Amino acid sequence: MTVGLVLVSHSAKIAEGLAELAAQMAPDVPVLPAGGGPDGDLGTDYDAVATAVDRADRGDGVVLLYDLGSAQMTAELVVEGLSAPRRAHVVEAPLVEGAVAAAVAAQGGADLDGVVAAAAMAAGTAGEVAGGPDQEFAAGAAGMSTLPPSAGAAERGPAVSANVVLRNEVGLHARPAALLARSIADLDAEVVVEYAGTEADARSVLGLMGLNARGGDTVVVRAWGAQAEEAVRRVRDLADRHFDE
Amino acid sequence: MSVTCTAEDLVVALRAVSAAVVDHGDELTELDRAIGDADHGENMRRGFLAVAAKVDSPGQTTPAAVLKAVGTTLISTVGGASGPLYGTAFLRAATSLADVSEVDGVAVAAALRAALGGVVARGRAEVGDKTMVDALAPAADAAATAAEGGGDVPAVLAAAAEAAERGAESTKPLVARKGRASYLGERSAGHLDPGARSTALVLRALATAAGAR
Ligand SMILES: [Mg+2]
Repeated sequence: MTVGLVLVSHSAKIAEGLAELAAQMAPDVPVLPAGGGPDGDLGTDYDAVATAVDRADRGDGVVLLYDLGSAQMTAELVVEGLSAPRRAHVVEAPLVEGAVAAAVAAQGGADLDGVVAAAAMAAGTAGEVAGGPDQEFAAGAAGMSTLPPSAGAAERGPAVSANVVLRNEVGLHARPAALLARSIADLDAEVVVEYAGTEADARSVLGLMGLNARGGDTVVVRAWGAQAEEAVRRVRDLADRHFDE
Repeated sequence: MSVTCTAEDLVVALRAVSAAVVDHGDELTELDRAIGDADHGENMRRGFLAVAAKVDSPGQTTPAAVLKAVGTTLISTVGGASGPLYGTAFLRAATSLADVSEVDGVAVAAALRAALGGVVARGRAEVGDKTMVDALAPAADAAATAAEGGGDVPAVLAAAAEAAERGAESTKPLVARKGRASYLGERSAGHLDPGARSTALVLRALATAAGAR
């Protein structure tokens, strides 16, 4: 399962730069930039977007994100023009945050609805997200909610937990946060990381980054579920390896 | 005698539209420079030059087929918001005409109504938002009234063009609520909306071409 992404921007440079950023966090996800107008100037290019959707689709569908008005309209036109079995969704989300959240969700194996939800949650537009099995995962991928640790823990029962020292220089910055989220994405476990009284879903790159945990800081990793121990072990190993820096 | 419109008539009219858009390109760009990104004239010129080239090639035998070719050409070539918006307008108009070989005043009014529906849905704009809807909505209303009164194609299009021109003028004092101009807030007041102006221009060129036959 690998949902593809298409980034529609008025600017080729914005689309390309963002595709590069998203690809760093989600190396196995096809992230296609579609920026600039038909003449290579500022604008949006229907044919370029349609081609990008074609190339991004590996059979599991495509999520399109956009920057300004006409990019949204062009993306919608392309999606309306698709014929089965092509499936694609245009998501209303801030382009950068939405793309990062969607890319990480896709890297973690979320299906089309899950990636859509992850991008939409990045905007904080939870109202637009339909319910479904991927919603929880998606909310985590966007990481909009950090709960007080006690509240969550009480509901979830005893956790497997460990104190983990961030032995890399930058702490839970973008790349390490993406590595951490990816390392546990396939496990049957709920995993949270707590730092300075704030808790983030470990599948949420943005949530992890939002903890502001720096190099040398100690975080608490807690996990629940069948593979909770494995999850904690993976996070600890990753930190011990200095996040492969 | 009531005057109808065939695919051939429509092609002639679209060449006139293309010429009018090219002639007024600088005016549209100046309007867009005041409250947008100064590309409306160039975008429309590029789109309608491509339209003129497209309708010159044979193969479109019904008015609907011609309008569909116009819509897809605009979507592919314009590059700004007017591409998806005008493109959707022409595609919806094409759908409403089905496969008849000749359209009358009633069909033209229905096509304008369908075009308006498409633009509203695509752009999520309403009357008063300072967009092309402010020209197209009164044009569709005036066309319907003219058609109900038994107006033929030239009469219906003339009514639509006049209403669109008045509608475009009405955008001047408005504060934009959609599109690039909306980022300007109050500063968008005092200028015509470029999209409303180009809508009036297109309808006037269609009406003039229809009336000249
Ligand atoms: Mg413009």
